[in-house]
Amino acid sequence: MGPLIPNGIIPAGWDFVIAILLGIVFGFLLEASGFSSSRNLAGVFYGYNFVVLRVFFTAVIVAMTGLLYFDYLGWIDLSKIFILPTFLGPMIFGGIIMGIGFVMGGFCPGTSFTAIAIGKLDGLFFTIGLFIGIYIFSLAFPLFEKFYTSGNLGNVTLTDVTGIPASWFAAAFTVIALAAFWGTMFIEKKVRKNIKEYKF
Amino acid sequence: MNKQISSNQERYLNPYLGGVLLGLLVILTVYITGRGLGASGAIKSAVVTTSNIIAPYETQQNGYMGRFVSDDHSPMYNWLVFESLGVLLGGLLSGLLFGRVKKFRIDKGPKITNKKRLIFAVIGGILFGFGSQFGRGCTSGAALSGSATFALGGVIAMFAIFGSGYLFAYFFRKLWI
Repeated sequence: MGPLIPNGIIPAGWDFVIAILLGIVFGFLLEASGFSSSRNLAGVFYGYNFVVLRVFFTAVIVAMTGLLYFDYLGWIDLSKIFILPTFLGPMIFGGIIMGIGFVMGGFCPGTSFTAIAIGKLDGLFFTIGLFIGIYIFSLAFPLFEKFYTSGNLGNVTLTDVTGIPASWFAAAFTVIALAAFWGTMFIEKKVRKNIKEYKF
Repeated sequence: MNKQISSNQERYLNPYLGGVLLGLLVILTVYITGRGLGASGAIKSAVVTTSNIIAPYETQQNGYMGRFVSDDHSPMYNWLVFESLGVLLGGLLSGLLFGRVKKFRIDKGPKITNKKRLIFAVIGGILFGFGSQFGRGCTSGAALSGSATFALGGVIAMFAIFGSGYLFAYFFRKLWI
């Protein structure tokens, strides 16, 4: 029963081999979906290309639903998987800063790696920026250490906080995603018609 | 007037197929390792490693970087570093397959110069890297893997990142459209 490595079914020595293999599939899917181009990625914020929304939301609802089925069939023990801790204020603040970085830089960290792989200099410069940004954060850390650890709710899931079963959230996200896929189809068509400098 | 029309006719995977495969990959990753995918963590390891080579004492004394330095192995000996090497390889593989591996070039909106694009790419990267530390991960680690495992923090990060992107998109529209 999964998770395989934490449960000792696959020995921990295979950890890094598996990391590279899973990473290869991850990078392949990002690049093949068009995430190696900042123009494609930034399109989600201007309505001329919603590929990010389509790929990202499809992945989230497939993974949510799939993990629930794995749990239901007894293939995985969801109590043994890592739940990202919630730090309320810092995560909202960090998300806002990341959003600004996204729309200015046209990438997020994983996508910029695939951009480098196919020779995009803007991806390389974005990644250099990431390095500088994390270094600045580390040097300035004493200034905001208190804020960084504030609002700690622990490793909580949506169900822990609301009492609503996970399957309801999966269903709600699926409905929202399908509505968004449908609505953005029309927005994209309309926006593309109005952009003349660029052929789609 | 000579208007330059640039085109972007690349062959990509159908986005919904790509999404389903990516979702299955997240399930597989959680099934095998008990954790999700990530990206910014690898850069953090690179930062700590570099800093530890240049200034070991200061790095170990640093309240943040000091947490990731240990005596028995380098900070580069980390799951996300190996996974990110895989991302590079996988990106290259897909690029080769679809004929997108070409000489160095820059992607940008039609109205800006290359220089301006690269300056904004660096600034955007700095902000994203800085923010990802507060967010406990980026779009892959926090927003995608976090939301997929129903973590409250993952959903918060997802809405904060995309909400903020839409909120501030207006100010940077000249970069892209």
